[in-house]
Amino acid sequence: MEFLFAITIGVLVAAAVYLMLSNHLLRFIFGLVLISNAANLTIFVAGRLTDGAPPLIPEGADAPTLAANALPQALVLTAIVIGFGLFAFAIVLVFRAWTTLNSLTPDEMRLAEPEEAHK
Amino acid sequence: MSWLLALPVVIPFLTAVLAFLTRQSPIGRWMSVAGSSVLLVASIILMATVLREGVIAGQMGNWPAPFGITLVADLLSAVMVLITAIVAVAVSIYAIADVDEGMERLGYHALFNMLIAGVVGAFITGDLFNLYVWFEVMLIASFGLLVLGGRPEQIDGGVKYVALNLVSTIMFLTGIGLLYGTTGTLNMADLASAVDGADQRLLTVVAVLFMIAFGVKAAVFPLFFWLPASYHTPAFSVSAVFAGLLTKVGVYALLRMFTLVFDHDTAFTHTILLWVAGLTMVVGVLGAAAQSDMRKILSFHIVSQIGYMILGLALLTPLAIVGAVFYLVHHIVVKANLFLIAGVAQRIAGGTELSRIGGLYKSAPLLAVLFVVPAFSLAGFPPLSGFWAKFLLVKAALDVQGWIIAGIALAVGLLTIYSMTKIWAQAFWEPHPEGIDPKLSSLSSRDRAAMLIPIAGLAVLTVVIGTMPEPFVQFAEASAAQLLDPTAYITAVLGEQP
Repeated sequence: MEFLFAITIGVLVAAAVYLMLSNHLLRFIFGLVLISNAANLTIFVAGRLTDGAPPLIPEGADAPTLAANALPQALVLTAIVIGFGLFAFAIVLVFRAWTTLNSLTPDEMRLAEPEEAHK
Repeated sequence: MSWLLALPVVIPFLTAVLAFLTRQSPIGRWMSVAGSSVLLVASIILMATVLREGVIAGQMGNWPAPFGITLVADLLSAVMVLITAIVAVAVSIYAIADVDEGMERLGYHALFNMLIAGVVGAFITGDLFNLYVWFEVMLIASFGLLVLGGRPEQIDGGVKYVALNLVSTIMFLTGIGLLYGTTGTLNMADLASAVDGADQRLLTVVAVLFMIAFGVKAAVFPLFFWLPASYHTPAFSVSAVFAGLLTKVGVYALLRMFTLVFDHDTAFTHTILLWVAGLTMVVGVLGAAAQSDMRKILSFHIVSQIGYMILGLALLTPLAIVGAVFYLVHHIVVKANLFLIAGVAQRIAGGTELSRIGGLYKSAPLLAVLFVVPAFSLAGFPPLSGFWAKFLLVKAALDVQGWIIAGIALAVGLLTIYSMTKIWAQAFWEPHPEGIDPKLSSLSSRDRAAMLIPIAGLAVLTVVIGTMPEPFVQFAEASAAQLLDPTAYITAVLGEQP
């Protein structure tokens, strides 16, 4: 199962890098969504995978020998929430960039660093 | 003890909430000043406690370490919190004059205090995932501050800042995942021993991931491009607090992780750091030499100065770490102050583009004096604080026969003087191109006080560190000793180890 996850993560990262390098801000945002999900999956797999063993222990019982690791799930949940907030901001920022700068190509966005700065 | 550790984080958070609720009225800005002052008191108490009792740790929610979230303050954390509080007080006073009502209504003071909370949290946490959360708090607040006002340059700079910082965040997160996978813990003190049993090759890969993630935050070569693209665009008080604190959080994280956890393969990791340090110094200072805008010059100087701190970490001798800690603290004070001064120059002379201003020496001699102190300190003139910082690092490099890197450090110091004299000659000495007399009296008396008091305060601090370096160096020595021998840190968090 780890193998399958590893391949999935690899494909996600490859697609994300391709999108992020394609010189268009909207594609960059999509790439960011993909790569952050790849990071989340990495954390999830790093906590070791189990099959159908929820970490629920009845009161008074001993801990089972095999149970899913709850910590990575908590970490991933936090990361998803934070990531969602960041993407919401990033998308609004890109929209503002499009309305004020009339461009979504990073190479054309030279307002803060004009090319003729060195006179 | 944990209330004392939580206080420096809780105070700016509460202040942010109160400032948000009062953002429509002028009370908000006083809320910010008051909150920062209370934070300063809390951080002084924290510092006194750490000096008296050594490393202190607290477990949040009483979950025993390494399972719960730990807050730890050793000497380095305590001094970073203290210096953050000092900068917060200075900038919140300055903001009274610098930030207009429009930005206040949009929640400037709330975002500012949120940023401070994130910075303090990052300095004081003892848990890696918690560090990630504080980085995000800091990042989201800084995004808001950077684009507040929405001028086109800000949006342009903001896009680059946001994009590169988000990539670094994801690197950090992946690193955390892999480190947890190999060691099974995320508590930093626990990691220090847990890494011994892990696969050393995999650990080096993780170390490099962390190096890149923190390297982007710290703005080292070749990962610094977001910094000069964005730092000159927002309000001056925003640039000052960014310049003083944000990159230094990255340096702090590097310093912490690469002394406590990733010290297994120093021949590999710290050699990379040494190269990075040299190139960062050189590229930063050359970038500064090519610029003709005060804030852009100062932004490139941040990059170049970060190189010195990384140099201290890369050498990893006791003296080098002393130098890095000393440099870190000195740099925060000096850099924030220079951006604040640039703000005054903009207000009275009408810009920061060097070709369009002038005459500040003749018309505003007080400002000229206040500029000379941090500017020459940055360049490393005795008897100011920057001289001792550079002296310690160059001495440390010479002690290990690092002739080349010591030479680079000295040459970069010279080039720093070159671009500082450029600002001095064009903004201060030459007459104003439009024949204006840029007098400080053109500011209202309230604005004048709000801008000059924090600048003077930080300048005095620079002079004090410079003329009486002995206690500060001793402090840096004690804190470097704690970094290089983390037994006290680990014992404070996990209890006595067998």
